[in-house]
Amino acid sequence: MARMLMKGNEAIAEAAIAAGCRYFFGYPITPQSEIPEYLSKRLPEVGGVYLQAESEVAAINMVFGAAGAGVRVMTSSSSPGISLKQEGISSIACAETPAVVVNMMRGGPGIGSIQASQNDYFQAVKGGGHGDYHNLVYAPASIQEACDLMAKAFDRADYYRVLCMVLGDGMLGQMMEPVEIKPVKIAEYDKSWATTGWDGVSRPRAVINTLYITVDELNELCGRLQAKYKIIERDEVLFEEFHLDDAEYVVVAYGTVARIVKNAIENLRAQGIKVGLFRPITLWPFPMLPLENIAGQARVKRFAAVEMSAGQLVQDVRLAVNGKKPVELQSFLGSNVPGPGDIAEFIRGLKTA
Amino acid sequence: MSKAIFTKTKMLTDTPTHYCPGCAHGIVHRLIAESIEELGLSHKTVGVAPVGCAVFAYRYFNCDMQLACHGRAPAVATGVKRSRPDTLVFTYQGDGDLASIGNAEINSAAARGEKICVFLINNAIYGMTGGQMAPTTLIGQISTTSPNGRNPEVNGYPMRVSEMLATHEGAYYVERVAVNNTRNILGAKKAIKKAFEYQQNGHGLNFIEVLSTCPTNWGVSATEAMTWMEENMLPYYQLGVKKDKEARQ
Amino acid sequence: MPYIKVDNETCKGCGLCIRACPKKILRLSPTVFNLKGYNPAECMDSAQCTGCRSCALTCPDVAITVYKD
Repeated sequence: MARMLMKGNEAIAEAAIAAGCRYFFGYPITPQSEIPEYLSKRLPEVGGVYLQAESEVAAINMVFGAAGAGVRVMTSSSSPGISLKQEGISSIACAETPAVVVNMMRGGPGIGSIQASQNDYFQAVKGGGHGDYHNLVYAPASIQEACDLMAKAFDRADYYRVLCMVLGDGMLGQMMEPVEIKPVKIAEYDKSWATTGWDGVSRPRAVINTLYITVDELNELCGRLQAKYKIIERDEVLFEEFHLDDAEYVVVAYGTVARIVKNAIENLRAQGIKVGLFRPITLWPFPMLPLENIAGQARVKRFAAVEMSAGQLVQDVRLAVNGKKPVELQSFLGSNVPGPGDIAEFIRGLKTA
Repeated sequence: MSKAIFTKTKMLTDTPTHYCPGCAHGIVHRLIAESIEELGLSHKTVGVAPVGCAVFAYRYFNCDMQLACHGRAPAVATGVKRSRPDTLVFTYQGDGDLASIGNAEINSAAARGEKICVFLINNAIYGMTGGQMAPTTLIGQISTTSPNGRNPEVNGYPMRVSEMLATHEGAYYVERVAVNNTRNILGAKKAIKKAFEYQQNGHGLNFIEVLSTCPTNWGVSATEAMTWMEENMLPYYQLGVKKDKEARQ
Repeated sequence: MPYIKVDNETCKGCGLCIRACPKKILRLSPTVFNLKGYNPAECMDSAQCTGCRSCALTCPDVAITVYKD
């Protein structure tokens, strides 16, 4: 498709179609409802199925059923809806059925607000549901990046048989930007494990199961999952470095907040302050090693995590930096969106701390 | 040489079931498995097991199976059927799974006229978790969470699921059957087979409620349980067809 | 003459077949135990068996096979 001005939610929905997704089960919730709205029109046009479920709980379980039947399937929601989906997400991780979930974060807790937020970082990367599992979590900072990551999410989901979450926020979903939905070369993966009807001979009987009633069975399953996660942690880390070559102060931020940080950095650089940005694109697997290497450089004096939450990303930054350098936090609560000035002022303060 | 006139269907695996002696789950498993085999649809079937005593059903039905979270089987089945419309999809659920935590799922699937078969095995109690009160537990019936007998002032009234679902425009076929005697078992088989035929012909929702027993948690023997069902459940849960759009045409 | 064959190891001795048999010719074996410790069902008098299959139809474990010449 040619480059167009599109609303984030709608661009992401079109990108899902380009990535070969033909099944969507979802439920309305601000600020992501344009995704189901758009797909309710587009999916039938491409021979797909759009179904509005009775709740987010039902929706994720419909996704689970379709994923277990071996098709590319997704849902989308926002914070409270993602909370409702956690049992299903845990089951999808356990049964290793590929799926994609788009989460446009909004202010919480409770009903919270409908404005953007980053207060669900823990929920996304520390496992919002029960059990030892991980989802591959991508955090786009622009609509173009979100669309590119949708293709990656569907591919990695099939490749690793995991659930991939594309984690945006209300701003990313609601704003319009020029974007090009690129054609996707869809790789095929063996899905003989899927429940497509068993002829009794051509493959083993397919059972999509999450019950491992004996310790040995569950231990074996968990071991297999952890081994898979180790490979993902080794091979799937994505991040961006911005003005870090000579940086003395390193800001860590993701998503739309990272873009605002970039503006602040441009202004500060103009005033001769050597500050740069480290932007994780995969929140899980978190880029521990790259950040650890940066922390090891002598010229780097101090880190600062900037996030629209009470301080969640900062914990992983501290884990990566591991005490080598101090790590400050600039926290924006209640869906307050930081301005470049707020951030610049905070970073200037780092110099004197 | 004598000829076998009744043998075990190949749609059931060789795995011995974990069900308690005399538990009617085993009977219903056979009726469903035989129906699928006789219709020649085993190769297209995808079953969805519940959370409850039948959580291990995927070990017994000899076809592709999925295991749903508690109460979510109709949603999982919807996902399977919508993405693989040529499969024959059924859910197998207990009364706690379907009528309590899964109430929204079954009602919405019925309202949507989902082209699946749903089998509710109603034994008026939670079996797997050890005998707690269920939505279908009868007034005065003792359970581990209604130790003095179910009191409607506190716990409300038993739910007649078939009648409830029959009010949905999207419900195509709704019947309540029982497996307490040979005649009713044969009747239940007919209903279950018809449900699959309707799905095969592109209709839904097809819903069969099977009155069943739980000797262990009712605290009676297997044979006494059948009698208890007859004396207590049959009067409250009337057998028969609650809706059959095909028959009306 | 019709007769039944009970898979002793599958039978859980629940007695439903005994209740269902119209001829009342089934019982739990007073002597045989299976590996699970159940007394499996057995037919006391095959001559009276009509091959009606009631026992097999009600057996939750599908442990009964019915034969007819």
